[in-house]
Amino acid sequence: MAEPDGGGPVRSHRMRLAAGATLLALLAPMAACGSGEDSGVPTINLYYAPEQNLQKVVDDCNAEAGGRYEIEYRVLPRAADEQRVQMVRRLAAEDSGMDVLGLDVTWTQELASAGWLLEWTGERRTEAERGTLAGPLETARYEDKLYAAPKNTNVQLLWYRTDLVSQPPRTWDEMINFALGLKGRGQPYRVITMGAQYEGLVVLYNTLVASAGGQILNPEGTKAVFDAGAVRALEVLRDFANAGITTSSFSNTIEDQARLDFQSGGGAFQLNWPFVYPAMQEADPELAKKVAWARFPAVDANTPSKVTIGGVNLAVSRYSRHPEESFEAAACLRNPEHQKFSAINDGVPPTIESVYAEPEMAEAYPMRDTILAELKDAATRPRSPAYQNISTVLSATLSPPSAIQPERTADRMRKAAQDALESKGVLP
Amino acid sequence: MSTEAATTVDQGDPAGSKGRVPAPRRGRGRVALSEGKRAERKLGWLLCAPAAVVMLGVTAYPILYSIWLSLQRFDLKFPDQREFVGLSNYVTVLSNEYWWTAFGVTMLITVVTVAVELVLGMGLAIVMHRTIIGRGLVRTSALIPYGIVTVVAAFSWRYAWTPGTGYLATLFGEGAPLTERASALAIIMLAEIWKTTPFMALLLMAGLALVPEDLLKAASMDGASAWQRFTKVMLPVMKPAILVALLFRTLDAFRVFDNIFVLTAGANETSSVSMLAYNNLIRGLNLGIGSTMSVLIFVTVAIIAFIFVKLFGTAAPGSTDEGGRR
Repeated sequence: MAEPDGGGPVRSHRMRLAAGATLLALLAPMAACGSGEDSGVPTINLYYAPEQNLQKVVDDCNAEAGGRYEIEYRVLPRAADEQRVQMVRRLAAEDSGMDVLGLDVTWTQELASAGWLLEWTGERRTEAERGTLAGPLETARYEDKLYAAPKNTNVQLLWYRTDLVSQPPRTWDEMINFALGLKGRGQPYRVITMGAQYEGLVVLYNTLVASAGGQILNPEGTKAVFDAGAVRALEVLRDFANAGITTSSFSNTIEDQARLDFQSGGGAFQLNWPFVYPAMQEADPELAKKVAWARFPAVDANTPSKVTIGGVNLAVSRYSRHPEESFEAAACLRNPEHQKFSAINDGVPPTIESVYAEPEMAEAYPMRDTILAELKDAATRPRSPAYQNISTVLSATLSPPSAIQPERTADRMRKAAQDALESKGVLP
Repeated sequence: MSTEAATTVDQGDPAGSKGRVPAPRRGRGRVALSEGKRAERKLGWLLCAPAAVVMLGVTAYPILYSIWLSLQRFDLKFPDQREFVGLSNYVTVLSNEYWWTAFGVTMLITVVTVAVELVLGMGLAIVMHRTIIGRGLVRTSALIPYGIVTVVAAFSWRYAWTPGTGYLATLFGEGAPLTERASALAIIMLAEIWKTTPFMALLLMAGLALVPEDLLKAASMDGASAWQRFTKVMLPVMKPAILVALLFRTLDAFRVFDNIFVLTAGANETSSVSMLAYNNLIRGLNLGIGSTMSVLIFVTVAIIAFIFVKLFGTAAPGSTDEGGRR
């Protein structure tokens, strides 16, 4: 300030102005936070895993809502464990900033049992159940009530390079032999799949157990079984890990890493979810032309594989300030038209059966018949509120797969899973 | 949350709350204090009262709440089945192999890192103490690792050791070092050592400043070699400073969490006890078992501090063996 000081009053006036301005500047962001709530348009916070084209679906629903609500897509971390930890931590703290939650199919029972989800009733329930495949719908139920609406289901396929292999392998043994043959000829030979200590390893194991005709828990989900089929599955997993055909970081690989490893050209086979196909077409169209798919390899040559169902359910948080709008938003995000859009653009299979028959699906979604075949003869992971603890214990016991000792590992898992069912489990 | 509080309390505890000035050695009988001394003593208590009150107010509730939680079956997944179970959570945890594996890992990390840090820190401290040219630059560059946020540094270590993204991954041949238990633990310890050696050096430098030059000169006049001057003169004078540095680092190292969280997330039995408590509380939603672990960690840390203070006679920095100023 170059002007001479005009004495007391003016100066104090100016000071007061400055102080007032500072105060306003400090308060402005707070006001902005609150304004979303009272300006009439409720914000619906959708917490969902990264999905490339989901924003388009969200924009679509916002247009449809015509100003009754505004969905904000909040992207969760990539790894499933981290997604769950973030949501669970905030729900435990009764955070009202979350409205619609994208839940992995295995979390629904747990969050429902904890009392963190609102039940779907009446008209909403009827609408959510209409035409939805039985398997995915089962994952959204707890104690015969519906706590979520299945948005997409998912099931892993075997992806293989047609320029290296003429026939897809039908069993694990066959696949290992094919890979060893390619290795001997100096061609790309690796079998790439998820083996890190996380849910993905449990999915692989669960598929092997179901394919070998075994059981992890009894059908009611109250007792740990781990029968002969479960031990057989451990043998297959151990032999696979020690055959010298996996990547060197197999015991640290998660979904996206597996996709990238395969795209970089070192793999002949990949066991992974369908999202890899559109991603591959975008990243490397040449490679995508050389890649075909088949049913997941079986444990026993005479019994087709039973593959673990994945997928996402949309649930509404108990602490949401706008439950009505949240239910409506969730219903919109998963309606047949949007499920078709996501299936075509993001490679996530629909939960509404009629969508599979749509003409556009055939072209953009050529593997749909294989997926439907697997879905109709699928395996589900144990449906128990303690599933997450059981899964954590299993992944810890199974990791690293190369160190499995079938009988001993099965005994350890049986005991640990039983403890988890009784809240006596200590997680590693 | 409560674990954090429970495990970070001890930060201010060693030597702080116990702020005991060692009694003079000469004559075990207690000398009656003069009027002035007593007034000084009282003023001392008054001066540290606010800090003590604040500490208690902030930490007492979380600790007591953790202890209360650890006596219940309290699982957020089964909210209706909350009940008082006495000490059964302690039996569960203390008879569990994961707990003892994690305890062993934590002890290993603590002993190895603190020992290596002491040696390296001492070397670094002497270099920093003796540097004549560019003293400021040397000290600053030595402190950089300590200035970087642990999690950030841990991420850079993680990428460095991951095949494909890293420049260190292929250092020891083919393979992914973070997926093998032995190499993963070695990497965790390396990251810890890299990060906290400067802190150790800083504390030891304060101790080095206590060593009078005259003593060293006199020793060399008497024909002591450099090694003898170090072991016979420097180390005894520095003993209090070394003990304080060891105590601080031991307590810190025992609660190791962030490096493990980022580097391995506890895979392949590389969990520390803090990692285990986090997994049970936050990921497992099992407040009973998780709080039990927090309490056990707290107790262990208290025992370590007790051993240092009572058995090794660790005291506040600045007081000498001859007793503090009174």
